[in-house]
Amino acid sequence: MSAELTDIEADRLWNFPGGIHPPERKELSSGTPLSSLPAAGDYRVPVKQHNGEPGEVCVQIGQQVLAGEPLTKPGMANGLPVHAPTSGTITAIGPARIAHPSGLADLVISIRADGEDNFCELYPVPDYQQLSRTELLDRLRDAGIAGLGGAGFPTDRKLALQRPLDYLIINGVECEPYITADDRLMQEHAAEIVRGTEILLYIAGCSKALIAIEANKPAAIEAFKPLLADHPTIKLRIIPVKYPSGGEKQLIQILTGREVPSRGLPIDIGLVMHNVGTAFAVQDAVDHGRPLIQRVVTVTGENVRKPGNYWVRLGTPVERLLKRCDYAPEPQQPVIMGGPMMGFTLPDLTVPVVKITNCILLPASSELAPAQQEMPCIRCGACSDVCPAELLPQQLQWLAKAKDYDGLEEQNLFDCIECGACAYVCPSEIPLVHYYRKAKAEIRNIARDKASAEIARERFEARQQRLEREKAERLERHRQAAEAREKAQAQAVKAGGDNPQDAVQAAIARAKARKAAQAAAATKAGDKNDGKNDGKSTGDSE
Amino acid sequence: MTFKIAASPHTHQRRTTRQIMRLVYLALIPGVILQSVFFGWGVWFQLILALATAWLAEGLCMRLRGRPMWSAWRDHTAMVTAVLLAISIPALAPWWIIVIGTAFAVIVVKHVYGGVGQNLFNPAMAGYVVLLVSFPVQMTSWPAPTMLTEHSISVVDTINLIVSGYTSAGYNLEQLRTGIDGLTMATPLDSLRTDLGSQMTLAEATDKPIFTDFAGVGWQWINLAYLLGGLVLIKLRVISWHIPAGVLLGLGLPALLGAAFAPDQQIGPVLHLFSGATMLGAFFIATDPVTAATSNRGRLWFGLLIGALVYIIRTWGGYPDGVAFAVLLGNMMVPVIDKYTRPVVYGHRGHP
Repeated sequence: MSAELTDIEADRLWNFPGGIHPPERKELSSGTPLSSLPAAGDYRVPVKQHNGEPGEVCVQIGQQVLAGEPLTKPGMANGLPVHAPTSGTITAIGPARIAHPSGLADLVISIRADGEDNFCELYPVPDYQQLSRTELLDRLRDAGIAGLGGAGFPTDRKLALQRPLDYLIINGVECEPYITADDRLMQEHAAEIVRGTEILLYIAGCSKALIAIEANKPAAIEAFKPLLADHPTIKLRIIPVKYPSGGEKQLIQILTGREVPSRGLPIDIGLVMHNVGTAFAVQDAVDHGRPLIQRVVTVTGENVRKPGNYWVRLGTPVERLLKRCDYAPEPQQPVIMGGPMMGFTLPDLTVPVVKITNCILLPASSELAPAQQEMPCIRCGACSDVCPAELLPQQLQWLAKAKDYDGLEEQNLFDCIECGACAYVCPSEIPLVHYYRKAKAEIRNIARDKASAEIARERFEARQQRLEREKAERLERHRQAAEAREKAQAQAVKAGGDNPQDAVQAAIARAKARKAAQAAAATKAGDKNDGKNDGKSTGDSE
Repeated sequence: MTFKIAASPHTHQRRTTRQIMRLVYLALIPGVILQSVFFGWGVWFQLILALATAWLAEGLCMRLRGRPMWSAWRDHTAMVTAVLLAISIPALAPWWIIVIGTAFAVIVVKHVYGGVGQNLFNPAMAGYVVLLVSFPVQMTSWPAPTMLTEHSISVVDTINLIVSGYTSAGYNLEQLRTGIDGLTMATPLDSLRTDLGSQMTLAEATDKPIFTDFAGVGWQWINLAYLLGGLVLIKLRVISWHIPAGVLLGLGLPALLGAAFAPDQQIGPVLHLFSGATMLGAFFIATDPVTAATSNRGRLWFGLLIGALVYIIRTWGGYPDGVAFAVLLGNMMVPVIDKYTRPVVYGHRGHP
């Protein structure tokens, strides 16, 4: 075992640079037990809820569906299906607003619940170790499991990569303020999460797992302690409170001291990470055969009278959830999906809860004051002090404002994880992350334009080449034809036959003969006529 | 109903530039009070003149640049510049000294370069250097600490001196600077510079009333007060420790070596650290974020450079103190320091 692995085994924790301590406000929602919403009303299920290609719709309007029935067939590249959240009738299939910062519409399948909540037939696996890795991966894909931590990458794709692994890391850090969805899930379902971790270990072909929880969740830690006290393969790690400890790269740094290489994956350094919610969903899919049709969502903020955590069926409109929690919006109320650091605001409440929705936050303007006017940067460097990626946010900001895209790439803009720590501390209230996102999008656009220009250039050059080739071929054909003609003539000469030269001579001879005959006739007609004709005709024939 | 659309993060630590500048004022208070105790009412009049000039100059510049005046006044940066310059010049200097210096600092050094955040040089120190080079007599006429002077100067006399150059009794500044022993009083560093330059030993040179304690009457306490204020700023995370530590190390280490090798000819580290503008420079001037290096490693180098330059100027240069020149030279080096101290970004370190 290397020295580093010994350190990791010995419970050593590393630190990551920077980070902030915003008010946690987790007490608002962490105290109440999980409860469910009744299966009723309309559900809107977007066909794409993960990071990858959407599936193909396999239901029709008017069709009756049962809870858990697949609504789409997964596409080829990183595809995942979506499932009916409850039993009912498909009422519409078409574009509608989805949970996305842009507020754009995407293909959504609408279902009117029949209130029965009948499930389709489920196929639990009695003993997962009897199944092969591939069979289990297919199960996870068919269950539609995507990373529930935020990025929504298909879990089966993440597990399909086969490389030597030192650790499977289960992320129960939940460092973002206000959110307690993972906290509640861990408090109430620790055993299922441990079970899910064991299944994940089996699928990943890994022998050791670490479950990481931030120290501000004592109840969750207590729930795991008895389960993991003598566990042979899974260890509990309690990490200090700091934002953004739950970021994949930061948590890896805390637990192992390793750094994921830029533009690389954790698996490049022998690690793979899944969220506690994902571990729970994996357990549910394997042990009970249940596809991913619900998740825990925190509803919180001072403008929600009954904050708490709820099991919410995917596709439930945010409005129904908020009504259940007795919300009291104020004028210009922001409705944030996600947390205060990385969440995005919703344009309206018809947006449905999807696989990556962990929180709906309705802050009062007194608790999260709206941004004030941006002031000039005073180069104080507070942003660089808190940047967990050790970037220089103020330099990036200047480069982004100057649209110096080469400079931005040189300063590693794409290693920015958009955690928002820099903007949080900026005394001039510069919306730094906003500038970075914009610059990233512009750089991506430029790269795309460049790629399509490159394709156009290649096509143009290919056409030029084809034209030249065709011209050369044409000339070659002509040359060959000429050659063939000459050859044929040469053969004809050799054969002594129809030599064209002879033909000419013959023609001349014939003309001479004709003229001679005419001349003879003229002479016969009368010698008294002038002899000019004679002379001329003689000259002609010369 | 319409909902507010905003970009993340939706929360913000409410410490604005304005609040940071306020904390800087507050941290300066102990030093300023002690300075007025030792050098009289003049300190307060210089402050008033400087603040008024800065306020007007800032407003004028914003007006000319077609920007809202309130936004510049609100951030208090020009006011901090004014305070730093006012406490850097002799307390009884004529009124036009501070007015010219402050106006130059705000108009030329700050706004001509593009306003707050854009200036390459520390405005207060650039203003100071302009004054020192242009008006050397007025800028080096530090009054002696009040307890060592023959004449005590009243408020009225102070105003008269600053406005007209004479007290109501008809004394001019030169006469007032003459000490109890009939010799013109210089600052400790100035006096040492002159005496050491004329082949006196350190022991002989410090055998004067201004050296009764460890680093010169008045100056040592003022420096301690600024050290205290600076430590508070570090504690409040307004400044990081890197620049002050760099300055004090950069100055203290060569002074220690000098004292070890030539104890008779070289000023010792204690005198260096607690006299002149050392503490003010280390904690309040070199730490101006706009003109300092940005990364922590860079800040340390920036501080070390300034400290070493102060030592060089004090020991071999043409001026008794060198904080202003050292800070400006350090400002010039910032782009180079920033280039070579850029931190390694996550994921770009080599992997075993």
